[in-house]
Amino acid sequence: MSESTQSKAVVNDTLIEARPAPSSATGPLRWLQDNLFGGWGNTLLTLLSLWLIWLVLPGALQWSLIDAVWTGGSDACRANPDGACWPFITQRWDQFLYGFYEESERWRVNLVLAGLFAGIAWLVWERAPARNLVGLFMLFGFPLLAYLFLYGVPALGLPVVSTDQWGGFMLTLVIALTGIVVSLPLGVVLALGRRSQMPVVRSLCIIFIEFWRGVPLITVLFMASVMFPLFLPDGVTVDQLLRAMVGVSLFASAYMAEVVRGGLQAISKGQYEGASSLGLGYWQSMRLVILPQALKIVIPGIVNTFIGLFKDTTLVLIIGLLDLLGMVQSALADAQWSIRSVPYTGYVFVGFVFWCSCYGMAIYSRRLEEKLNTGHSK
Amino acid sequence: MNTVTPSAASDEVAIAISGMNKWYGQFHVLRDINLSVRRGERIVVCGPSGSGKSTMIRCINRLEEHQEGSIRVNGIELNNDLKNIDAIRRDVGMCFQHFNLFPHLTVLENCTLAPLWVRRISRQEAEATAMKYLERVKIPEQANKYPGQLSGGQQQRVAIARSLCMNPKIMLFDEPTSALDPEMIKEVLDVMVELADEGMTMICVTHEMGFARTVADRVIFMDAGQIIEENDPESFFNNPQSERTQLFLSQILEH
Ligand SMILES: Nc1ncnc2c1ncn2[C@@H]1O[C@H](COP(=O)(O)OP(=O)(O)OP(=O)(O)O)[C@@H](O)[C@H]1O
Ligand SMILES: [Mg+2]
Repeated sequence: MSESTQSKAVVNDTLIEARPAPSSATGPLRWLQDNLFGGWGNTLLTLLSLWLIWLVLPGALQWSLIDAVWTGGSDACRANPDGACWPFITQRWDQFLYGFYEESERWRVNLVLAGLFAGIAWLVWERAPARNLVGLFMLFGFPLLAYLFLYGVPALGLPVVSTDQWGGFMLTLVIALTGIVVSLPLGVVLALGRRSQMPVVRSLCIIFIEFWRGVPLITVLFMASVMFPLFLPDGVTVDQLLRAMVGVSLFASAYMAEVVRGGLQAISKGQYEGASSLGLGYWQSMRLVILPQALKIVIPGIVNTFIGLFKDTTLVLIIGLLDLLGMVQSALADAQWSIRSVPYTGYVFVGFVFWCSCYGMAIYSRRLEEKLNTGHSK
Repeated sequence: MNTVTPSAASDEVAIAISGMNKWYGQFHVLRDINLSVRRGERIVVCGPSGSGKSTMIRCINRLEEHQEGSIRVNGIELNNDLKNIDAIRRDVGMCFQHFNLFPHLTVLENCTLAPLWVRRISRQEAEATAMKYLERVKIPEQANKYPGQLSGGQQQRVAIARSLCMNPKIMLFDEPTSALDPEMIKEVLDVMVELADEGMTMICVTHEMGFARTVADRVIFMDAGQIIEENDPESFFNNPQSERTQLFLSQILEH
């Protein structure tokens, strides 16, 4: 277009070539400036954090790695009480893992653990075949099989290992995984029930949820272990571990129900109507339309509940079940290991194991969220 | 807009509403509604906001429950019998103002969900039907996208295709274009006109008066929960009888 002095029209018809961003807009220096030293407040926080890290980290590394005792036995630790005493862990490793499970039968635990991890890996690996089937099996078939296998079936040549011999990390996993496997479906059912139109169903669900939420887990465990037998006829006993598992599972279900209900409430009425207008029934709408969306929204809450549940299993210690923490605790009572550094080492070890397990769950939940979010976010 | 062949409405009654009343608590929202729709007939419902248009058509597939009077759809009485409700919903499709697509499913999955689970047809057949209707609404290439990746007009067309996949005998539309930008309204109306052309029994709540003029066999004007006036579009627009209709038309045709 020709330049015109009269008209006020502005015309730019030359194409401007794309240029790379100037180096001051990218690169590590820019990142530092943006994230750590942008403004005096940010800079102050960065320096404060660095100072705190400087205070804690060298000491922690010194104690746990550099000054630590790695080989030998209790004598080596006694000679050097200023560093971590790792032989305490390695020598007691089997007990921490299996509790008092019959030594000759520990291969059964290993096999179940191997099956568990294989199943989890299968589900985490996105391109594995038949993931739905494996998922269903891991949810319903595997726990039962694992229990039978661990407990023993004399008819099949597997001698019984009674549950009071179970202990250590294995027991932690048994209780936590039972809780996880039971609490999610039960929580979903309770959440649906609490939103039901039927007054009886709704009231029952509300009472159930509020009861379990209102009572501390310790109380639940005490009740399960002390009071529950009072209600049973003479001669009938229910396994202590089973009672604890039921208590923990119901407790977690109540929390799960409220998390799921939060998700259900976030789904608009239009989704229910869209499903109804197509002729989908109540359960079909829930399963195919509402729950997939609601559960996706509350993945952080669900995993949060799982993590809480996982850590709360340590409370079974007070009704005499020796989970990982319980095993370490009882090993500390051994006079041979009454050395200053040993309790620290034991608790650091327990903390580290729990932290790894929980952080693993957290990472998986984040990946799951990202994966489910692609495509239909707007 | 294309012209539409006059409807070949038969004498068979598709929807018969008589003496229907509905209350929300103490609020009398639908008052003595009488309406009979023949198979193949195309009805446009209009009226001011809050007059009960949505409530009325939502009673036809039991998204809302009426308290008095009777509704018969395809000869089936709507009552508390769940079997009847299911049977009616299978044959009555509905499109909403806000589409109500399922955001966690792709367009194709949205379209095959109900045929698979309600009609229980094979996946192959369901997908073939879905593609047929997606082609009909002119978006077969979007089949594997998620609703959130489509424009409003495209989403509404998917919603129409999704309903059609159930082979409904009757289609209900509740202001299908009022959440859309002007340039998208036409693409949705075109699909609806085509549908009318093929002889679908339709009830549309809409304020698209051009659509009403070309497509409708009858226009119904509602106010305060009542059907105030009911006439063929010619007479309705050129010679409205009731004062309230005249006022409404003057307001709506002003701009
Ligand atoms: N769930 C409900 N509970 C109570 N009142 C309601 C409910 N749904 C609708 N109403 C009322 O019923 C009346 C009719 O509502 P309806 O949605 O049928 O109107 P409409 O004609 O479709 O209006 P619009 O053009 O705004 O969509 C309104 O006054 C509304 O406030
Ligand atoms: Mg409305």
